Formats: sequence, structure tokens, C-alpha cells
Amino acid sequence: MKARISVKGIVQGVGFRPFVYRLAHEHGLPGWVLNCSSGVEIEVEGTKEQVVAFARDVRGKAPPLSKVIDVSSEFSTSEGLVGFAIRESVAGASKSTLISPDIGICDDCLRELFDPDNRRHLYPFINCTNCGPRYTIIRDIPYDRPKTTMSTFVMCTSCQGEYDDPLDRRFHAQPNACWECGPRLSLVSHDGKEIGSDDPIAATIDQLKQGRIAAIKGLGGFHLAVDAENDEAVRRLRRRKMREAKALAIMALDTRVVGAYCHIKPEEEAWLTSQRRPIVLLEKKKGNSIAESVAPGNRFLGVMLPYAPVHYLILKNDFGALVMTSGNLTDEPIAMENGEALRRLREIADCFLVNDRDIYLRTDDSVIRVFQNREMPLRRSRGFVPVPVHMDRQLEPILAVGAEMKNTICLSRGNAAFVSQHIGDLENLETYEFFRMTIDHLKRILEVEPRYIAYDLHPEYLSTKFALEQDDLHPIGVQHHHAHCVSCMAEHDLSGAVIGVSFDGTGYGLDGNIWGGEFLVAERHGFTRKGHLRYIPMPGGAAAIREPWRMAIGFLHTAFGSSLKDQDIGLVRNAPENHVEILLRMISSGVNCPQTSSCGRLFDTVSALLNVTGSVSYEGQAAIELELLAQDNGPEDRYDFGVDEAAGVHIVDTVPVIAGVVADVRKGTDPAVISTRFHNTVASIVCTVCQRIADSAGLDRVVLSGGVFQNYFLLSKTVAMLSGTGFRAFTHSAVPANDGGIALGQLAVADEMVRMGKSI
Amino acid sequence: MNYDRIVLAHGSGGQLGNDLVEKRFLPFLSNSILDKLNDQGVFELGKQRMAFTTDSYVVSPIFFPGGTIGDLAVNGTVNDVSMCGATPMYLSLGLILEEGLPLEELDRIMLSIQESTREAGVQIVTGDTKVVPKGSADKIFINTAGVGVLDAGVCISADNVRVGDAILVSGFIADHGMAIMSVREGLVFDNPILSDSAPLNGLVRDMMASGAEIHAMRDPTRGGLAATLNEFARSSGVGIAIGETELPVRPEVAEACRLLGLDPVRVANEGKLVAAVRDSDAESLLEVMRRNPRGGDSRIIGTVVAGPKNTVVMKTAKGDTRIVDMVVGGSLPRIC
Repeated sequence: MKARISVKGIVQGVGFRPFVYRLAHEHGLPGWVLNCSSGVEIEVEGTKEQVVAFARDVRGKAPPLSKVIDVSSEFSTSEGLVGFAIRESVAGASKSTLISPDIGICDDCLRELFDPDNRRHLYPFINCTNCGPRYTIIRDIPYDRPKTTMSTFVMCTSCQGEYDDPLDRRFHAQPNACWECGPRLSLVSHDGKEIGSDDPIAATIDQLKQGRIAAIKGLGGFHLAVDAENDEAVRRLRRRKMREAKALAIMALDTRVVGAYCHIKPEEEAWLTSQRRPIVLLEKKKGNSIAESVAPGNRFLGVMLPYAPVHYLILKNDFGALVMTSGNLTDEPIAMENGEALRRLREIADCFLVNDRDIYLRTDDSVIRVFQNREMPLRRSRGFVPVPVHMDRQLEPILAVGAEMKNTICLSRGNAAFVSQHIGDLENLETYEFFRMTIDHLKRILEVEPRYIAYDLHPEYLSTKFALEQDDLHPIGVQHHHAHCVSCMAEHDLSGAVIGVSFDGTGYGLDGNIWGGEFLVAERHGFTRKGHLRYIPMPGGAAAIREPWRMAIGFLHTAFGSSLKDQDIGLVRNAPENHVEILLRMISSGVNCPQTSSCGRLFDTVSALLNVTGSVSYEGQAAIELELLAQDNGPEDRYDFGVDEAAGVHIVDTVPVIAGVVADVRKGTDPAVISTRFHNTVASIVCTVCQRIADSAGLDRVVLSGGVFQNYFLLSKTVAMLSGTGFRAFTHSAVPANDGGIALGQLAVADEMVRMGKSI
Repeated sequence: MNYDRIVLAHGSGGQLGNDLVEKRFLPFLSNSILDKLNDQGVFELGKQRMAFTTDSYVVSPIFFPGGTIGDLAVNGTVNDVSMCGATPMYLSLGLILEEGLPLEELDRIMLSIQESTREAGVQIVTGDTKVVPKGSADKIFINTAGVGVLDAGVCISADNVRVGDAILVSGFIADHGMAIMSVREGLVFDNPILSDSAPLNGLVRDMMASGAEIHAMRDPTRGGLAATLNEFARSSGVGIAIGETELPVRPEVAEACRLLGLDPVRVANEGKLVAAVRDSDAESLLEVMRRNPRGGDSRIIGTVVAGPKNTVVMKTAKGDTRIVDMVVGGSLPRIC
């Protein structure tokens, strides 16, 4: 009999046809394989048992970079095919299939890289169909060499031979290259002059050994690298990059080396060594040799293994670990072009290890943390994008433009939601232009034209302003915390009503206030606000976010009125004399004093009361530093809080919490104890309000979303407490809990609204 | 944003105010003069080109360091007439007085009106007075209108900004807004912040006489420099790039802004102008402006660029480039 087998998923540009070719030979079946618009089409002839076994192996033994989503077979009578052929792609081939993300070097290429007899010995751009650049070099589809930034390199005879040979690992490997014909490295100074032209790798190693800062071009952009064990060099990098406190990521050769610095759990090791190669947050070992300035005061360290051949060449023999941080000035997007890097990083880097393979689309490193044996993405980018989040339904054609900070965008096609790489904070001009370029690029390579545009209700978000200028798209506004909750629902294919707990820093509320400590009864298409933290004034608006002591004054005023000045705590004592007075006046007159229910601000305040942070240099700093104080084996008790119900809305009074913290501070209680008690309190608030809502609404599913739930300590406590009281708690593992997940939520909400006719 | 009634943000000089004009006023009132949406209407009466404007003043407090509601009402209208290059001549004065206003305060306001009309060289030639019950107004509201004459061929307009132009500002920004705020919020500084309320027609006369090619000119009142530059960029379909370190801001004003969480580029001025000028004329014009007492601290703060279109960007002191957009309503934080 004859079988026609259709395979869908990531099956092009990943060595799928050679794999099928080899498989057919193994099974001894005649037939053919080709790329078509929906994926890969195969025909084989044999006995029923033979073709069924073959089809099973197509799925079961698929190449490492492929992702088979569907295999369907149709049977008919044999025609008497002879031999097995890889046929020319049919017209429109590879137009609607999935593009692979960029993938870390595979074991075969790594072996060849260090094999003195191999013709690619030490070649920094070695790759094959199982590894190498993809998403970052694709200008347009179909994914063929002329449509990538490799188009300027003409393959030599040997490379062309591999490229044309169906049995070769490099059959149709679009970035295929070698010493003879491919891209080259060079190490240059600010003015573009070459340093150490005969061996740029050795020269770079030499520079790094001397404590210099090297800008190194990788897959998705430039890194700034310094020797991670050289404290002085790391401090210099911080100074020049204007990055005061936020932890820097490191790269080390393998898990054996990493094991000397950090504790590694099995799931963490699996992620470290996966070809996606994210930065994984690991707990530091005491007395490790990494400079303290890499992650000052932090129990954790962001660690990744090398993923581009060039990283291996630098790390192989010479360094324990390198700091590898995004090649940018704080707030700007990562630099990707050689000229751009020389211009923008000239004040930071001492030398630049560049190459002539252009990056078309910048992509930052991804960052994950392992939570209860599953990944919890903090930044979803290289290695993950553009793999879509698959939904349980066909989606309307929607573009979701995300939030303002940590922006990502999301486009739908079929049942797939394509969340973009991390874009960044839109107020920065380069980032905003990157935002627009990413929208155009994703529309082009996915071949979709959205009809709807989903956006945040915050009138001042630049993504919102962009959305409202798109006259040809039907706009659908989605409330920020609703989007958070539905992003988590979409990940878990949840339908119907759930309790959505959305705790974050800032989101525009339906009443015009700043929300961020929200309890919703959420469905995909809509929500009811069933509870929230009490409103507190934010003296100075955005300034109260950058300077947590201001927010603390807002809380203290709510707790103690004007007698807050009598509270004998450092925050009040240390504030410049007239500043407290001025803030109190702002609160009473309401000048630049928005009201907020934000849980992020509550964290900021407690952090400020403990004198942890007066002002912050990066988003979430105060909360992160507070989390680092909390102890796993700390006290189990908590501070008091109140819950008042008015018209079915549960309002959490946080004043007793603040009063409790102030009392502890005045008593001189250990900040670690205060922080632990505070975390216990927030978990208890979540659980208590969920129970009240459940009592009246009869719901037992709780989704936890929003940036506050990146707090590992809080998340563990909350999930345990919810589970202990009979709730099923859902957390993020496909997109971040922070605003990087907003676009997915917007898309899912808009989709359901269109389906229900609610948006027209 | 959809509102079914007026909110305060409709009056804060942001996008909501623009929406009000474009969606609710122009559909009823559209004509070729009004549609330009400049701060003044320009038309011909007989052979004479005229500029005509009106403005209402509701500032609180009515007395503040550096001025009163009275001189503000004269200067604001004089400046609006002047910004198209016209010479202001005659003003009207409409007063709405709240029951209970002490006559002594009214007298002080009249004195300041007299002084500012003298400096500007204009005359109040018609007026009106209404008194309303206590609570229906806040002490005193003033409306003024002004007319001026304009030479043939002068074309200074927000839609006339060209790529390559230099952007000039006539002195320290954010003084007026922060003077008012400081009084309201009880900010005390060693050097008190004074309003910059002043007539600019003398400065404009010197600028016109210099022969420099001035393409656009505006006084950045409500919404501050950011709003004015965004109006330039959008009306002319160009980009504007300014440098944070080039902006003239007095230290005490910068400190007050920091304390209140405000951005000096979004705070009101009442005696400053911003101009887009042919680049080759900019330095010589700057000299002329600096010789006038109302332009002594004039500076070049940026340039007009081809793109991104309709956008104002600012290179910050830190070195990154930030979009300075038009605010829609109030000043809600958008960071997390």
C-alpha cells in the first residue's frame, strides 16, 4: 500500500528531509519527501506494518531542532515507486511553517570545532542543520540562504557539496560556512582598527586577561564581557555601563565549572545544558570565586553555558567564567550591528570582537528560574522565540502590542500565538523603533495581516498611542491585570471563570487609578474586580516609583496621619527636613499624587522602612532586595491585615501591616525576620481574599500573575498555602509573569471578545 | 479615552484638549483661518493683515511670586498675537468677579495690568464686568482678546518648520509653573522661584528686524516645551531632537521639579518663546535675542530632523535617547 504522510510543526530548516531520507533507507521503503506550504509531505510504499512503523519513527525519531505538532496519514494502493528521492519544494514552500529559534552549538559541531583534523577546526561560525543562527539572520521567507544575512557569502565547493548532499548533516543548512568561504572574526579598537589580526580569539583572551572590557558579537547582539573573577574589571564595567546594582549574568564553560560557583539542581542542569541555552538563576555557593560586584548582595547568580562557537573558543582554556551582559547602555536595546556597537559602546568597551555575518533581528538572552521542577521564564527571547504558544482554538487575526516596559508583542496565526522576543522599555527611541520593526518583521515572516489590534488601557503607554494610530485595525483595549490573568489562563488552556490574582507595580485601572494588587473573577472575555489592596497616595507619581521612601511616606500618612513624623524610624529621621513636609502637602492637595492599589509599591515601602532602598536604579530593585532578606527557615507568623467588604468588593487594609513593620523596626527586629513575616503576610492576604471570593463565587482555580509573582519566596508560600486550602493554583511557565507576558494575555482576551461579538 | 463629560485633564494642555478642539469644536466652527489651529487667527481687513487672539485666565493663587493674574492676562494675549510675527495693538478686558473679592486686591490687579500694558505698548480699548455669587468663580477670572498688525509676506506658523532648522528657546524654562506650584505646595528655597510672566512683543520685534528666517514661533505655556515642540513636529511632519543638557533650567526650578516629581519640559512658561529658525541664521539671531532683556538667556536647544516624523526626542544627560511624547491627560506614571 501507499501512505501519504503530512507532517506539521517546526520541520523546515532543521534537517527534516535528510532525516526522512535516511529513515526510508533504514526501513527499506521507496517514495519521496518534499517541503510544502503546510510543512513536509512524504509518500512511501510498503506493507501496512512497514508504513505504520515508518510513520511512528517520523514522529518518534525526529531531529533535535524540529518540533512535530501533527502527523497525519492517508492510505491508498501502491503505484510501484522505485528508490527514495528528496523532491524540489512545491511552490509556496516553507511559507507558512514555523521558523526555528537560534540554537546553541550541537555536540557534533562542538566535536569538530576542537578536532585538529577537521576542516572547521576552531572555525567560529561552525553550524549544521541541528544548530546555529536562524531567527536572528532571517530577513524574509521562505527560509533560504538568499533571504538571510548569509546571502553575501558564496559557498566554496566543499560547503556546497555538503549543502547539496541529502545524507549530510549540513544538507540545506542555510548558514553553512567554513574557513574558506564564510564569515570571519576580527578584533578592533574604537576607531575600527584591527588589533592582533592573525588570531583575534587569542588577542581577545589577552585583553580580557588584562581586565579589559570586550564587546563580543554573538547570535542576537553584542555582549559586554569581562573576567568574572576580576572585581576591579567588573566594577569598571558597571561604572561605564551606568548599571549600579542590577545583577550581571555570567557564562562558564560547562556544568562542572558552574558547580564550583553555584548549587545546581537536576532540572536546572537540564536547562543549563539545553540547546536553548537560557540564563538560569542559580543559588550561589558560599565562598565562590566570582567577584562580589557581579551580583552584589544577591544569593543568586544568572548563569549560562556557551552557545555560539566563539564563546567556546574564548572560554575553553582560559577563564573560569566571564561576565556576559547585554551590549548596551542602560535603558537602550542591545547593540547588533558592528558600526552601531562601535558608536554606542565606545565609552564602555576597550575592544570589539566583531564579525561580518550581520544580525538582522536583535534578540537578548533568555532568563529563566526553575520553580517546582518547571521553568519560570523571566525573559523569553533567544532560543525560545519564535516558537509560538499553542492555544486550544483557532485564533482571530490579532496583533497585541503589549505594555510599556519589558514590552513584547504577539501575533496570531491559526491556533498559534507568536510572542516576540523581549523588546524593552518603549520610551527609549531605539527601543521604540525596534518595537515597530519587530511588528513589521513578524507580520512578514508569518505572512499574517491582523484585523484587530489589542492594547493596554493606559492612555500614556507608547504602545497604546501606537495602537490608536493604526486606522486600518479595529482597536480592542484590554485592562492590564486582566491581560496578566488571561496570559496565565491561555498557557494552561483554562476556560470559564477563575480567580485571578494579579500583583504587580503599575497598571491602569478602569477607575483611572493605578492598580496593582488585584483580585479578579476573570474569564477570557471580561472580569469583575472582586478585591484589591487599599488605595494609597503616590506623592510625585513616577518619582514615588523611583524613590521608594516617597511611597513609604504615602503609606505612613495613611497609617498614622500627620503624626507619622513622631515615628522613631530611620526613614523619617533621615529624610531631609522639609521633604516629608512637602510630600504631606502634596498628599493633602492631591498635586501629582495618583492613588494606587499596587502590591509592588507595598513591597517598595517595606523595603524602604527597613532602610534597604531609598531610591532604585532598576525596576523591582526594592522588592528583589527585600526578597533576598527572607529566610526559608524563618518565622511562620505574619502581620495583621484587614479585609473590608463593600458592595461585594473585598478591600485589603494594609495599614496594620505597615504599623506592624514599623513596630518591629522600632524594636530593632532583625530585618530578615521582618521580611519573612511580610512575605508570609502577603501570601496570607492572597489566600484569605481568594477564600472569601470562593465562598460567594464557588471557584477553586486561582491564576497567579504579575511581576510580584516572580518573587520565588512569595510564590512558593502562596502556592503552598492555596493548595493547602483546596485551591488549584496556576503559575507561569510559557511566558513571564511580568509585563513581558501582557501581549499574550491581550491577544487571548481580544480573541474571545471578537468571538463573542463583544468588541464590534 | 472616552469620557461623557469634561474632566480636568481636558484643560491640561495635552492630547485630551486637542481632541476637544478637533472632535467637538471644529466640526461646528471650521473655517480656513481657524483650521490652522495656531494661537492666533490671521486674516486681512481691507489691505491690512491682522492677527487676533483671545485667552482666559483662571490662575490660583491670583498673586504669586513674579506676577498676578492681571499681568498674566495682558502678557499671555500680547504674546499670542506676537508669535506670528505681528505687532499687538489693542486689547479687550473681560472680568468675572466673585462676590466677596476685596477691592484692595482688585486694585492691585488693575495696577499690574497697567504696568504690563505700558511695557508691552498696548492699550485696553474695551471691557466688560460681571459679578457672580460666591462659589461660582474663584475670586477673579479674566478674559482678554488682542489684535495686532502683521506685515505682508510674513509666514511664521507651526506647520512651517523645516528639516535642518535650529530650535531656540528665549530663556530658563518652567519658571512660571514652578512658581505657582511652590506657593501652592509650600516649597521654600533660598532663591524663591519667580514667574517669568512677561510681554515678548519687544523681543519678537528685534527678532523680526534681524532679518533671520524664522519658520515657527510659539510661547510654551500649558504643557510646557514638550507640548509646543510636539505641535511643531506634528503640524510640519518632521522630527525634533533636543538635548537635556542644553535645556536652560534654574537649579532651584530643577530641584522643585524633582521634589514634586515633575518634568521641566512639561511645566508651563509665561514669558518664553520657542522658535524654529533657519540653521544658518541661528547664531546671529541668538546674539540679537540675548541683547534684549527678555531674551538674555536664549539658547539653541536642538535641531529639526527628518525622522522619526511627528516625534520629539531628547538625548538625556545619561546618553540615551528618550521619546518626549504629548501627554494625553494628567501625569500618570507608566513605569512599573
